[in-house]
Amino acid sequence: MRMKKSSGVALFIQTVIARAYPRVIGQQREKSWMFFEIFLPLLSVSAYVFVYRAIGAPEEYVGFVVLGGAMVAFWMNILWGMSSQLYWEKEQGNLALYIMAPNSMMAILLGMALGGLFATALRAVVIVGLGSWMFQVRYAIASFPQLVLVFFLAMVALYGLGMMTSSIFLLLSREAWHLAALAQEPIYLASGFYFPIKSLNFWVAMGASLIPLTLGLDAMRQLVFPAGDTFGFLSVPVEIGALVMLSFAFLLGAKLLLDYMERLAIREGRLTETRR
Amino acid sequence: MKPSTLNLTLFNIRILWRSFKIASWLGWQVESNWTDPFLFAVYSFVKPLSGAAILVVMYSVITKGDYDSPIFPYIYLGNAFYIYVGQLMNGISWAVIDDREHYKTLKYIYTAPIHYPTYLLGRGVASFLVASISVIVTILFGVFFLRLRIDLAQVDWLLFFSSILVGVNMLAMMGLILGGVMLLLVRHSWELGGMVASALYLFSGAIFPLDVLPPFLRPLGYLMPITYWLELLRRSLVGEVAQAFPTLSGLNNAQLMGILLALTAVFAILSRSVFRWCERRAKELGVIDVVTNY
Repeated sequence: MRMKKSSGVALFIQTVIARAYPRVIGQQREKSWMFFEIFLPLLSVSAYVFVYRAIGAPEEYVGFVVLGGAMVAFWMNILWGMSSQLYWEKEQGNLALYIMAPNSMMAILLGMALGGLFATALRAVVIVGLGSWMFQVRYAIASFPQLVLVFFLAMVALYGLGMMTSSIFLLLSREAWHLAALAQEPIYLASGFYFPIKSLNFWVAMGASLIPLTLGLDAMRQLVFPAGDTFGFLSVPVEIGALVMLSFAFLLGAKLLLDYMERLAIREGRLTETRR
Repeated sequence: MKPSTLNLTLFNIRILWRSFKIASWLGWQVESNWTDPFLFAVYSFVKPLSGAAILVVMYSVITKGDYDSPIFPYIYLGNAFYIYVGQLMNGISWAVIDDREHYKTLKYIYTAPIHYPTYLLGRGVASFLVASISVIVTILFGVFFLRLRIDLAQVDWLLFFSSILVGVNMLAMMGLILGGVMLLLVRHSWELGGMVASALYLFSGAIFPLDVLPPFLRPLGYLMPITYWLELLRRSLVGEVAQAFPTLSGLNNAQLMGILLALTAVFAILSRSVFRWCERRAKELGVIDVVTNY
C-alpha cells in the first residue's frame, strides 16, 4: 500500500500535532507527575504565604503569591520543557533524527510549546483553585476579555521566548543543566512572582519586562484582585501593547535564531556530541 | 564481600576512607568543571542571593524596610542556612541518578572495591563546599547591605561550629535515605529531592516561626531535626534576637542540642536500614543500573 505523503502546511500541522501529542497524553498517563507538579508549587506558595502572614502583610499579597505560584509552572515548563529540551533530545540521540526528518524544526518547537502549554495550564488552574481555597483568596475580575487577552498574549510571548532560547541550548552540553537552574530564582525575583513588580526600581522592572511573564502577571493581578490596580507597574492597555510587541519579537527571533544555530551546530558537528 | 555491610576493621576503614576521598574529588570535578571558574563563581553566588532577595523584597515592601525588627534576622538567617539542606540532601541523593542515568557508571561503581554509601557521602562533600560558599556570601550580603547585625564578639562560636558539625551529619543521613529511595525510583527521581526540600522548607520554620502554621501542622515541624538545627544556628549568631520568638523559647541551648543529637542518631540508624533495604530491593528488581532517561 502506498502511503500518502504530506508536505507544506499539512506536514507542518501534522508535525505540530505529533510533537504536542506526547506532551499532553504522556503526562496524563503518568499520574504521579501531575501530583508532584501540583503539590510542589503549592508547598512553595504556602511557604511564601506564611512569610507574608508572619510579617503582617495585607491579604491581597496572599492572592499575589497564589497567582504568581501558579505562573511559576509556566516558567518551569519553559526552562525544562522548552529551552533545555533540545539538549535532552541531543543526550538521548533524538536530535539528529529531528534534523534528518523532512519536517520543520519550528513545527517541532511549536508542537512542544502547544503541548507543554496545555498540560501546564491544567496544572496552573488546579494550583490557583487549591491555593485560593486553602488561603481564602478573593477575586474581583475587572474585565474578563482583557484577562483572557493578557493571558493569551503572555503565553504566546513566553513560549516564543522558550522557542528562541531552545535554539541556544542546541549548542550547549553539560552546562545546559546548570544554566537552566540558574534561570530559576533570579527570574522569580526579577519577574515579581511573589510580590508586585512595582516594588522594584522602575528601570529594573522595565528590564525585567523583557520576560513576558513580568508584564503578564502584573496585568493579571491588576485585573483579578479588588485593589490590584493600585499595585500595577504600568496600565493594563500599555502592558497589552508591550506583550503584543514581545510576541512578534520572540516568534521572529525564534525562527531566525533557530535557523542560524542549526546551521552553526551542523557546521561545528555539535548535534550528536555528548560531552558528559 | 557486600560493600554496604562492611565491618569496621582497619582494612575496611581504609576502604571507607578511599571511597570517601575519591568520591569527594569526583564530586568536586562534576560540580565545578562544567564551566570556567568565573561562571562557576557567578552561578554559586547568583542563585542563593536571588533566593534571599525575593524574601528581602517581600519583607521590605510590607515593613517599609524595617530591618531592625527581630523577624528579619530570623527569616534571613533561616533562609541562608537552609541552603545547606537543599544542597546536601540533593547532592548526595542525586549522585545516584547522575551515576546511573547520566554517566551510566553505577554498575561499574558497584563492581569496584568501594563502599557505596560512603561513596555517596563523599559525593556530598562538593555540595557542602558549594553550599558553604553560598551561605557565607548570603550572610555577608545581609551584614553589609541589609543591616543584619552579627556581632562577632557576641557570637557563640562553640555552639555555632558544633551545630554545623551535627547538622551536616544529620543532613548527610537524610541525604542517604533519599539516595536509597532514588535507587528504586525510575521516573520520579526528579521530583523527590525537590518535594522533600520544599516540605522541609515549609515545616521546619526556616523562614517564619512555626507558630504561624495552622496548629494541626505544627507537630510536623517539631518532628524535624532541621527546626532545632536552624534555631541553634540563629541563637549562636544573634542570641537574644532569636530567643524572642515563642516557638522554642522554653528550651535552652543544651536541650535543643540534645534533641538535635537524638534526632540525628535516629536518622543515622534509619538511613542505614533504609539504604540497605532499598539497595537489596533494587537488586532484586533489577533496577540498579536502569536507564529511564530521567
